[in-house]
Amino acid sequence: MDAVTQWQKQWFDYTQSLRREGFLDDQFAQLKKLQDESSPDFVVEVVSLFFQDSEKLLNNMGRALEQNVVNFKQVDAYVHQFKGSSAWIGALRLKNVCINFRNSCEAQNLEGCLRCLQQVQQESSALKSKLEYLFRLEQQIVAAGGSIPIME
Amino acid sequence: MEASSASSSSSSSSSSSKGFMENVEQPHVLAVDDSIIDRKLIEKLLKNLSCKVTTAENGLRALEFLGLGDHQNSSLEDNVSKVNLVITDYCMPGMTGYELLKKIKESSIMKEVPVVIMSSEYVPNRINKCLEEGAQMFMLKPLRQSDIKKLRCHLMKLERT
Repeated sequence: MDAVTQWQKQWFDYTQSLRREGFLDDQFAQLKKLQDESSPDFVVEVVSLFFQDSEKLLNNMGRALEQNVVNFKQVDAYVHQFKGSSAWIGALRLKNVCINFRNSCEAQNLEGCLRCLQQVQQESSALKSKLEYLFRLEQQIVAAGGSIPIME
Repeated sequence: MEASSASSSSSSSSSSSKGFMENVEQPHVLAVDDSIIDRKLIEKLLKNLSCKVTTAENGLRALEFLGLGDHQNSSLEDNVSKVNLVITDYCMPGMTGYELLKKIKESSIMKEVPVVIMSSEYVPNRINKCLEEGAQMFMLKPLRQSDIKKLRCHLMKLERT
């Protein structure tokens, strides 16, 4: 098996595991379909934008939860936005943590919110590493003259 | 998931409104959303179907672009809408998509232009409220290419009636 085929297999196995473990759902495949010759780096751009934006949102959530009188509605608004963005890139696990987070906000449960915030940060971090690895694999494949398989 | 309007708007007069895909090569769409990611994705989805896209990050900016801002007076020459379609998020800080929809429908220039409302939440009351106010369709986020295709077909059918 040549290097390109090996990497392609690695890519395939990796994306399968990401799906199996719930890191990504089929919305990610939809996102990939939007990439074309006119915007060859579209997915990487969107994902980078997502992590930049989510960093801001997570900081905002953290600050809001540190206030003496917590404005749960405001926290909920941040989580709602974060959930929406997560859905666009197919970040299933993140989306699900956000659902719990919103429940804690609605119940005005500070401890619950803090727990969820921590989870969101962890999941975000994990997803970022995994996607970075995936993109590196893709770069390798393309650099070696191969093409990235279609994600279904 | 989408819901089409129960009562379609009256047929557009030829002088004051452009058709969405039928007569126009590259329909101009105004996409309004407070999230930068949503704007980027919606823009791409529309551009992939040959639309010219202008984005706005809130209702006020959208109204300004359309020439409906508070400080603006629509001149006699501005009797044609700048865009063929407005697609807006419902949940936005400040002016919501619903409020933006109302302002557009109140305007003599813009009232024939279809307005589509998007949301990441499926709330029937919200949807009905928007449809009653004249929204053409409601669409659930995240949108897919197939949703935009359906939108196009739906609006072309409207054009023909």
